[in-house]
Amino acid sequence: MSKLRRFKLIMGAVLAAGLASTPAAHADEQFFPLQSYRVGPYAAGGTGFFGGFIDYLNLINIRDGGVNGVKLTWDEGETQYEVERGIEVYERLKNRPGIAAWNPLSVGIAYAMIDRITKDRVPLITINHGRTDSTDGRVFPYVFPLLLNPYSETSGIINYIASREGGPDKLNGKKIVVLYHGSPYGKETIPIYKLLADKYGFGLEQIEVPHPGNEQQSQWLSIRREKPDYVVLRGWGVMNPVALKTAQKVGFPADHIIGNVWSNSEEDVIPAGDAAKGYIAITTQASGAEYPVLQEVIKTVYGANKGNLDDKKRIGSVYHNLGIVNGILNVEAVRIAQAKFGKRTLTGDEVRWGFEHLQLDPARVEALGAKGLFHSINVTWNNHEGDGRVTFQQWDGSKWKVVSDWIAPDWAFLRPIIEKSSTAYAKEHGIKIRTSGDDPVSQW
Amino acid sequence: MAIPASSKSSCPSAETLWGAIVLMVAYGVVPFVGSDYLLDAVLTPFLALALAAVGLNVLTGYTGQVSLGSAAFLAVGAYAAYNLHLRIPSLPLLIDLVLAGGIAAAVGILFGLPSLRLRGFYLAVSTLTAQFFVQWALTKFGWFSNDNPSGVIDAPVLTIAGISFTNAAERYVFSLTIVVISTLLTLRLLRSQSGRNFIAVRDHEVAAKVIGVPLLRTKLLAFGISSFLIGVAGVLWAFAYLRTVEPAGFNLDRSFQILFIIIIIGGLGSLRGSFIGAAFIVVFPLLLSRVGAALLGSVFDSGILEMSQRIVIGALIIGFLIAEPRGLIALWDRTWSTLWSARRTAAPTCSLTQRSLQ
Amino acid sequence: MFDYQFFIEVLIGGLLSGVMYSLVAIGFVLIYKASGVLNFAQGAMLLFAALTFVSLVERGASLPAALVATLATMIVLGLAIERTVLRPLVNQPPITLFMATLGLSYVIEGAAQLLWGTQVHGLDIGISDTFEVAGVLISRFDLFAAAVAGSLVAVFALFFRYTRTGLSFRAVADDQFAALAVGLRLPRVWAAVWTVAGIVALVGGLLWGARLGVQFSLSLVVLKALPVLVLGGFDSILGAIVGGLVVGAIEKLAEVYVGPSFGGGIETWVAYVAALALLLIRPSGLFGKKLVERV
Repeated sequence: MSKLRRFKLIMGAVLAAGLASTPAAHADEQFFPLQSYRVGPYAAGGTGFFGGFIDYLNLINIRDGGVNGVKLTWDEGETQYEVERGIEVYERLKNRPGIAAWNPLSVGIAYAMIDRITKDRVPLITINHGRTDSTDGRVFPYVFPLLLNPYSETSGIINYIASREGGPDKLNGKKIVVLYHGSPYGKETIPIYKLLADKYGFGLEQIEVPHPGNEQQSQWLSIRREKPDYVVLRGWGVMNPVALKTAQKVGFPADHIIGNVWSNSEEDVIPAGDAAKGYIAITTQASGAEYPVLQEVIKTVYGANKGNLDDKKRIGSVYHNLGIVNGILNVEAVRIAQAKFGKRTLTGDEVRWGFEHLQLDPARVEALGAKGLFHSINVTWNNHEGDGRVTFQQWDGSKWKVVSDWIAPDWAFLRPIIEKSSTAYAKEHGIKIRTSGDDPVSQW
Repeated sequence: MAIPASSKSSCPSAETLWGAIVLMVAYGVVPFVGSDYLLDAVLTPFLALALAAVGLNVLTGYTGQVSLGSAAFLAVGAYAAYNLHLRIPSLPLLIDLVLAGGIAAAVGILFGLPSLRLRGFYLAVSTLTAQFFVQWALTKFGWFSNDNPSGVIDAPVLTIAGISFTNAAERYVFSLTIVVISTLLTLRLLRSQSGRNFIAVRDHEVAAKVIGVPLLRTKLLAFGISSFLIGVAGVLWAFAYLRTVEPAGFNLDRSFQILFIIIIIGGLGSLRGSFIGAAFIVVFPLLLSRVGAALLGSVFDSGILEMSQRIVIGALIIGFLIAEPRGLIALWDRTWSTLWSARRTAAPTCSLTQRSLQ
Repeated sequence: MFDYQFFIEVLIGGLLSGVMYSLVAIGFVLIYKASGVLNFAQGAMLLFAALTFVSLVERGASLPAALVATLATMIVLGLAIERTVLRPLVNQPPITLFMATLGLSYVIEGAAQLLWGTQVHGLDIGISDTFEVAGVLISRFDLFAAAVAGSLVAVFALFFRYTRTGLSFRAVADDQFAALAVGLRLPRVWAAVWTVAGIVALVGGLLWGARLGVQFSLSLVVLKALPVLVLGGFDSILGAIVGGLVVGAIEKLAEVYVGPSFGGGIETWVAYVAALALLLIRPSGLFGKKLVERV
């Protein structure tokens, strides 16, 4: 009995200490709360992305002593890619001083955070993914789907196929099958593919693979019967290697399978072995470690034994480079905001201003040591995606090789669709639509 | 499985007294001193899960029918309330809540039909049909999520009779009230003839039939009540806690989580156990990861820590089951009754204790 | 016109996928027969076996050496589980045992990833080509998997018929108390069964690993095995085989022919519905023993 009571007392004390502690603030620090995932089914992606992000923040701290002297700090909370754990981490870290931005790399967690971060006035970065209509900064002032949203991705893939066929007019009469994951994520682009099929006149079939996608026999037999010119793989996790393996089984050529941004990593192709050779996937950031910024990370960060990846072979992998690019974009947004507000710890609102003026032309990208790693970005107050270009990479059995130029999605075509959705959202939630970047952001 | 009906404390009035004290603290102290983190990230999910566990307990603990599909009914409740609110805006939220529970109950009864013929694991596995079918349907038909391109629903602001529950403390009080009322009603039901029928079916189905318990009605009632409560819990989960929901959040792991609450810690057939179990399942992993990070964070990287935690949690589950197969609550009860009888020698009768406290 | 060739292609593909489900289901059946436990950790054991094998090979072990080492590991694992989890829980209600195996799956998954990392791996067992018979596509790998499953069942049949341990296993499966009464030592039988389940997990892990790649989601294949179990009966190896074939065929045919009218993706639950429909006619599955049992 007394043992039990003592146990309870100790647990109570630990609980109080553990759940309530918030370290004291230091002057001139900018804090990045990280909702990382290093275990569970998606651990491979999480370790790569957050590893790259942390590596870049470390590089800035070690090489430059921070951004204009402002140290970058971070703290990780494990989410296992689960929404409620992500929310728990959010509630735990949201009161830390000097938060710059949240970078969850999870659609589910990002969605659950939108009204929270808007209320707390801190930017939410969903690089390469996220809610498409949050591209409209008039309605979503704090959400930034940087570089690429799902609709742009769709358009980029079709533009790439067009360029391979010799021009958009050659798409007419071609047949494309979209194999999508049976989840809200997978279904999100169904209407866009339909619109593009109508616009360019190609035949379109969209086939669902139920989660998790470890059995695709029937889908690929249907594809074999359809004999399409291309298969677009809108996959997720284990669905990707299984798709490639089953494609090989039914004799569909890998170089006519085009993967989307969640089907473009080493983790997606390595398990498929030989079947993945020749497979092509979209990306916003090239892989490989030959870029100057990667070389500096290797020299400065890994040289000082502060590298975040356990396995150094993964430096320059798709997710690692996405983390590096994400680091560059976050740091540059802080730098741009500092130029306006002063070289000190900024508030979330000031960092938001920085993101809304995050304009990096190819020259600036080169100066940052990232020429060829990503193309450019041009975020404005109402375009929170920033017109990122995409490129396509081919798996040669051991690494990805870039096989296309930087391709621009058809933003003008997509913008009205996005605005329709975002204005509907604004109406539903009673949000005042901003009419200029200087508009005060209305509180929800 | 023959589980004795929850051993009633030797002194029921004392139980009521303790309940009242807990409630007074929950209403009078916690909302005022609790931090946002405690209220929003710990207590609100605790309340939703506790109610779901109460619901599953009606079915599994009291009626003896194992279900692996609880998460499906959480989802049905959440999506039903969302659609009711969206499509019939004039309905007050409380009516939404009750109707959502009703819809979950209807779905539950439908998926409970196999229980008339199936036993044991065959029934358990057949409830997985609900788990997969509901998730599929919610993803498949855009209507359920108002054709939101990504299938995620945003919860409306909680408003009852013109009062909005917007901050963490208010949402907590809202959840608490719903959970308390539902639990009290469940308690009443369990002490009625229906409740006794549940237990009769659990303890010996054939005998129950012989003495005239209507099997069909009893089993389906259990499925209905259970799904109703889980559906209401789903509304709390979606509206008060996450405030946004996607079908993937209601996966098999969630069903297992609720099963863990009642079996490992809560003990089957104990409503109080459902609460203690839910508290444990919410707080313990958080605590483990925080303590782990604080003590060993400098030695190991977070990936290794997280993996080790998974092992520790799994090992603890096994350890608990070995230590006390009837749930930790049984252990607690034993300790408690020893403690109580020791005290009783000092303070002769319960009623006296109670009176002196009033 | 109805495309018979395509129909046959889908049917054969389905039957062969079904064999893969059976491979996982057999592991469940063995343990269920001997100790009445639905061993949810079977998937985790599969993952553990495949991950151990692949990691050993990647660290330079030769294929046979890796295979032997993994086999040894799985036997040790099986014995350890019996000793530390099952034996202390003897005579507990099935649901308690089921929960214990859920806890066990956490431990094994965590240990596997802690030991070998979270990286995904490819597993090439060198059979991946296909051939056509009268225009019907057949995968050599699937045939190989079917052959493996078939020989596994044959070996088990011999084992249970002609070895002492096998015979005692059958006695235990038939009637635990009678088996005890005639002096059979239950722990020894259980240890043997868990060892065999470990071996089945290894075979299943390697074949599924070759199909999916070796990664965390391997443990999810148990969900494919559950409807097979319901259909075939939890306690029948023959049921697991037949159930697997039926589930595989129904799943694929339904997806191709019925799926499109619902917009596809019905595979996840159609097997369960089919199993349920059958259960309403035969409550113990196709081959399960008719027993009034309680959980």
